[in-house]
Amino acid sequence: MTELQLSGITVTFGGLTALQDVGLTVGPRQVHGVIGPNGAGKTTLFNVACGFVQPDSGDVVRRGERVEGLRPRDLPRLGMARTLQGLGLFDRMTVLDNVMVGADHHARSGFLGGLLALPRAGADERALRDRARSALEDLGVAAYADRYPPSLPYPIRKRVALARALVSEPDLLLLDEPASGLSAAEMEELGDLVRTLTEQMSVLLVEHHMDLVMRVCDEITVLDFGRVIAHGTPDEVRHDPAVLAAYLGEDVH
Amino acid sequence: MRDRITAVRRNVLARHLFLALVGLLVVVVVVESISDYRNTQLASMAYLGIAAGGLTVLTGTNGQLSLGHGALMAIGAYTSALLLPDSDSSLPLSLVILAAVAVTLVVGAAVGLAAARLHGPYLAGATLALAVAVPGIALYFKETLGGEQGLRVVMPDIPVWVLDLAFFVTGQDLSRSRYTAYVGWLTLIVVFVLLANLSAGRTGRRWRAVRDDEVSAELAGIDLGRARVSAFMVSAAAAGAAGAILAFTVKLAAPSAFTLTLSLTLLAAIVLGGLGSLAGALIGAALLTFLPSVVTDVGRSAGLSDIQAAELAPLVYGLVMVAVILLAPAGIVGSLRGAVQRSATTRRTTSPTTTKGTAS
Repeated sequence: MTELQLSGITVTFGGLTALQDVGLTVGPRQVHGVIGPNGAGKTTLFNVACGFVQPDSGDVVRRGERVEGLRPRDLPRLGMARTLQGLGLFDRMTVLDNVMVGADHHARSGFLGGLLALPRAGADERALRDRARSALEDLGVAAYADRYPPSLPYPIRKRVALARALVSEPDLLLLDEPASGLSAAEMEELGDLVRTLTEQMSVLLVEHHMDLVMRVCDEITVLDFGRVIAHGTPDEVRHDPAVLAAYLGEDVH
Repeated sequence: MRDRITAVRRNVLARHLFLALVGLLVVVVVVESISDYRNTQLASMAYLGIAAGGLTVLTGTNGQLSLGHGALMAIGAYTSALLLPDSDSSLPLSLVILAAVAVTLVVGAAVGLAAARLHGPYLAGATLALAVAVPGIALYFKETLGGEQGLRVVMPDIPVWVLDLAFFVTGQDLSRSRYTAYVGWLTLIVVFVLLANLSAGRTGRRWRAVRDDEVSAELAGIDLGRARVSAFMVSAAAAGAAGAILAFTVKLAAPSAFTLTLSLTLLAAIVLGGLGSLAGALIGAALLTFLPSVVTDVGRSAGLSDIQAAELAPLVYGLVMVAVILLAPAGIVGSLRGAVQRSATTRRTTSPTTTKGTAS
């Protein structure tokens, strides 16, 4: 079964058509990349996939079921998680608390339990804290659990943001420009990490670092001016004349 | 032994109940050792502290500004006054406080629903309207709410068991103003324990997440509207309890007590103390209550005339405000906490063995 299927997605902003009849399919345990020149509609497509933008027409299908009026806050329930290009960390909360927010939908205790600090709420808190700690450990940033994000270097903050997304245990992860601001070596590590993630989940990623995309993706969809101009394996896309034309002057190889 | 201490520190309820017990002991000692006049001031500090505690949860923890908390206190105070019209009423004060909380909670829900859609200056404007409108309601419904004169609050007799208990513990007869101070501070302790519980747990974390980054909070599955409305309701409930204590203390619910100044005073208290901190709210309330009278006394003993001494208080208050904003922009508690954190971080980074290892 496919993890996510977008079909016939059309989005217009005023008179501007951002996406025109765009479709893509993310298979299980697959890394699917979306690339394209600036302004091609990559981010808009991403925003449709996670409910920030409602398409004028087209369907979002999650594991064979059509999702009506997807809202961002439905993502955890649907087993999806998304990272943000600007990270969007909670700056006045500790790293541990940041990641605990990501795990929040695992908790069951309600308002009253918290008000009276009932044992049930305490058990919930401990479970969330353990989940968050192990997510931080998985990404090698557990040492920063008690720090506040603004005091940390960018690559560490990036890992914290990823831990916050992964702690919800998604089976579909949406990565928005994960390589931006990373050094070549860090990008290498990120590539390895994304590949290991496929043991547990599918990944949809928007990225414009070609070498990373070519290395980690099983399938690539290329957008230009809001339309799909090519689609296939990295090798197929690399040699596609339409892609070469769109990227004229840029190095696709 | 050490394990047990850390276990207590980790357990939210145990920690808060321990602090509450310590607070209670301090309250008994202080109330018993000061004059009736000072006890009335202490009761004032209690209601300011309760309202400021609720407001600091809303403003500091959830990031919503309210200029209308004075009006919410008015709703609590008028509810109490309506329930205590004459000396025949045998309603226990605890029930009166609960009723005040319930009514304010309903109003808070309505205001919170509107507030959840507003941000920054618009939210300030909407809650400002509340602060201006509510005293007007009292003037309009003169028959039931007493108009400009307000409603008298007749405190019921102190229950016999309370008198007995007080005599047993302290060996003194319980005066009326001591009784009011006890009621105020017991209420404050209960409210603070509940607020601290919420703040330390999942609900508080959600509130903070919504404050810091709406988009990320939403992606984590948090309903932004619900988080905001719940924060507003909790905050309003505290203001309602504070209003009840105010009614018990000044024995009157009148529009003149709930002007915009009261709302601004509460904001000043939480900013002085440190946004989002209950201890800060208490410090702010203490400053607001005692600074004016202390300064006036000092001025008088320094040879100033009564009028000059009285004029000294707002001056010193203003200077304290400016000093805190310049020297400790995170408020008193916030700045202390920041200093502790900085020294902890320095210690950690100077001992490389602790940070190394898992850091990539």
